[in-house]
Amino acid sequence: MVSLNINNKDISFEVDEDTPLLWAIRDEAHLTGTKYGCGLALCGACTIYLDNQPIRSCITPVAAAVGKKITTIEGLESKESQAIQQAWKKLDVPQCGYCQSGQIMSATALLKNNKSPNDNDIDAFMSGNICRCVTYVRIRAAIKEAAKNLV
Amino acid sequence: MPQSELINLSRRNFLKAGVVSGTGLTLGIYFGSSLAEELTSGPGHASAELANQAQLEPNAFVRIGTDNSVTIIAKHIEFGQGTHTGLPTIVAEELDAAWDQIKVESAPADASRYNNLHWGPYQGTGGSSAIANSYEQLRNAGATARAMLINAAAKLWEVSPESILIQQGVVLHKESNRSLKFGELAELASKEKIPEKVTLKSPNDYVYIGKQAARTDTASKSNGTAIFTQDIQFPDMLTAVVAHPPRFGAKLKSFDATNAKKVAGVKDIFAIPSGVAVLAKNFWSAKKARDALEIQWDESNSFTKSSQDILNEYKTLAKKPGATAYSNGSVDEAFKQANETISASYEFPFLAHATMEPMNCVIQLNNDSCELWYGSQTQSGDQFAVAQTLGLAPEKVKINTLFAGGSFGRRANPTGDYVVEAANIAKASKLSTPIKLVWTREDDTLAGYYRPLNYHELKAAVDATGTITAWQHRIVGQSILTGTAFEEMLVKDGIDSTSVEGAANLPYSIPNMHVDLHSPTLPVPIQWWRSVGHTHTALSTEVFLDEIAHKVGKDPVELRRELLKKHPRHLGVLNLAAEKANWGSSLGKNRGRGIAVHKSFNSYVAEVAEVTVNENRTFSVDKVTIAVDCGIAINPDVIRAQMEGGMGYGLCATLSSAITLKDGYVEQSNFNGYQVLRMNQMPEVEVHIVESNENPTGVGEPGTPPIAPAVINAIAAVTGKFHHTMPLPNKLA
Ligand code: FES
Ligand code: FES
Repeated sequence: MVSLNINNKDISFEVDEDTPLLWAIRDEAHLTGTKYGCGLALCGACTIYLDNQPIRSCITPVAAAVGKKITTIEGLESKESQAIQQAWKKLDVPQCGYCQSGQIMSATALLKNNKSPNDNDIDAFMSGNICRCVTYVRIRAAIKEAAKNLV
Repeated sequence: MPQSELINLSRRNFLKAGVVSGTGLTLGIYFGSSLAEELTSGPGHASAELANQAQLEPNAFVRIGTDNSVTIIAKHIEFGQGTHTGLPTIVAEELDAAWDQIKVESAPADASRYNNLHWGPYQGTGGSSAIANSYEQLRNAGATARAMLINAAAKLWEVSPESILIQQGVVLHKESNRSLKFGELAELASKEKIPEKVTLKSPNDYVYIGKQAARTDTASKSNGTAIFTQDIQFPDMLTAVVAHPPRFGAKLKSFDATNAKKVAGVKDIFAIPSGVAVLAKNFWSAKKARDALEIQWDESNSFTKSSQDILNEYKTLAKKPGATAYSNGSVDEAFKQANETISASYEFPFLAHATMEPMNCVIQLNNDSCELWYGSQTQSGDQFAVAQTLGLAPEKVKINTLFAGGSFGRRANPTGDYVVEAANIAKASKLSTPIKLVWTREDDTLAGYYRPLNYHELKAAVDATGTITAWQHRIVGQSILTGTAFEEMLVKDGIDSTSVEGAANLPYSIPNMHVDLHSPTLPVPIQWWRSVGHTHTALSTEVFLDEIAHKVGKDPVELRRELLKKHPRHLGVLNLAAEKANWGSSLGKNRGRGIAVHKSFNSYVAEVAEVTVNENRTFSVDKVTIAVDCGIAINPDVIRAQMEGGMGYGLCATLSSAITLKDGYVEQSNFNGYQVLRMNQMPEVEVHIVESNENPTGVGEPGTPPIAPAVINAIAAVTGKFHHTMPLPNKLA
């Protein structure tokens, strides 16, 4: 039995300790906003926060998350995340949408660290998040839009 | 719950709140056990009609509820290209609905109502045809509903239909100052006769088409609530993963599941035609058990060649003429007379589609039917393939089309590969519980169905004035369509039209032309990949033209203008892109521009790439200016998004991606080996849409072909050297 705190709720389930957090979140907690894209920390689709720091949940075993605060896309509530989601909407960023939870988790983390990121900051922070529909120009623009609306 | 969560599933209220909930959003979707039963009634089916008698459902595409909702039934899958926005835009236009009352629902698999009008009696999405084949159909669908609402109101108010107006979802009689919402009229209107003929709007009166309508799927795709196949969950569902053979043509010899069965959560392990399937209570258990399997493969009949072997064979083949795809004038004569002969060859690797969501499928067997939930792109083909696998009639295969996390052609598999695999698992399991087949990224990358490896040779004759007098183009590559349902329609006299599209119909005025084709067969499964043949023909023709321009000292835009006099729409995008990109102005040291123009899927696209070549020979693509003529622009922002994304998808193949075989083994299995475009490589993009009142044409694919030649031409503008092998090296020669 593993107990985790996900989006401020305690939840326990029967999984092996080596189970990646991603699969516990998806298959046990039934929170399906966090996506599987590669399983090797190469694409960013599975990005969540562990104690408010963005991590790739596909390579993080559940054991490493015990006693920590897990936040998924469903648990976003910061003003930065709201600004990001509004900007996503304004610019119609998503295409297929499959990468977008991960993009939004990363973009929100970026804005928390950097109030007004420039293109280089954005590229450096976001290059771990693949978008096969190539929505990158809109992601860049939406991050700047969100930053502008936060001041 | 926002309406968009439901759009892919059913209008019935079967979604239950997730088991965990947090910040006010509904978290996770968990289906109740009666789901399968509830879902047996698709739009327009009898039981659904009984449950919703009051609504207006004048045709297979529109339903107006007493709750004032206007539901558009989308016969085309939404996998990013914007059909769930573009299709409703057309209906809303003729209906004069308000945009915020629009809902979208995926059509069931039923080719009698939902066939692609460009494909005959076949339901499916592809060839950038969704809007093009739906335009008239959905205008009529919207106008029919509109007429019925007006007729109902006219009777109710005892006024003439002509005196009634509809604006933004409100039916109005101005003289008497009366108005009703659609929902208030739905029941009455459902009793009206369906008009045989309706009047369509004049494009001058459009309020949505050509304007900006917000995407219907952005909200759910920005908060994690959009449901993809991977997200489908039933209480008793099992997850399947499959161990596939290591090389194409290899077969299962035997397997030992002793250790695999010890993994907690494993339910069953058995052989299926495509490998060894593991069924478990969740993905991780299934994957762990698969890793613990000991499998002996029979590789005696497997394909053992390397990419280099294939290329060498293709080069040998190219020494001989192939089947003629196009011929005009006398090429041989022109070469004899030539002042100068220019030649070049181009090499293209296999490419994987690498959709963000790997292939997957949920299936449930019932007594004499089955039901599937997944991102179905070719419902008719899949229905048939699953029916064959299970020994059912095709209409007993019920498909619920979900959002797909990208396709780029992959999900329109001619054999229904992963869907059939799911059916085989369900069949072998003998279970009636739902089973979700999940492919890992590795399964997806290694599965084949690649864009074929291609080899092109081009030769041109130029006279003393620098005019091109002959053009000879030889293409060597596997035929995609041979052996598929499209063979009869599109393979003629040994020419697969998708092998030579964009080459055999080269628009340039050249008096003597010859295009021929070799279509060798290989056991490597191949498939259409975003823009299909144009992925290679646009590159070879547009780079080669620049190589000629370079040799004869002509400006690449000027040369194209000379050769395109009879092609105003090509010229239109060429000139627009050149003008917007300030063609001819200096970009400074180490920087240059390249252009390419290409028609595909009846749309015309020109792209200008700006590159910087650094001292150490690395380079960057800084900006791309795109001009597109796709007829009337239904939804300009969706078109812009498709140009950005389509160009980016092509740029990815230009800069990064290749599938290579070594002794028959695919050398890439995940994003570490199969490199894709990342944010730091993404140029600034500008999109310009040509104003037009022509019928709408495709936008999903046409943005892809021109970028590779534009980049190669831009690099050559700086370095004087044209690159011939894809993808480009990190450091230029
Ligand atoms: S799924 Fe975790 S980074 Fe790709
Ligand atoms: S929107 Fe499709 S992968 Fe990013």
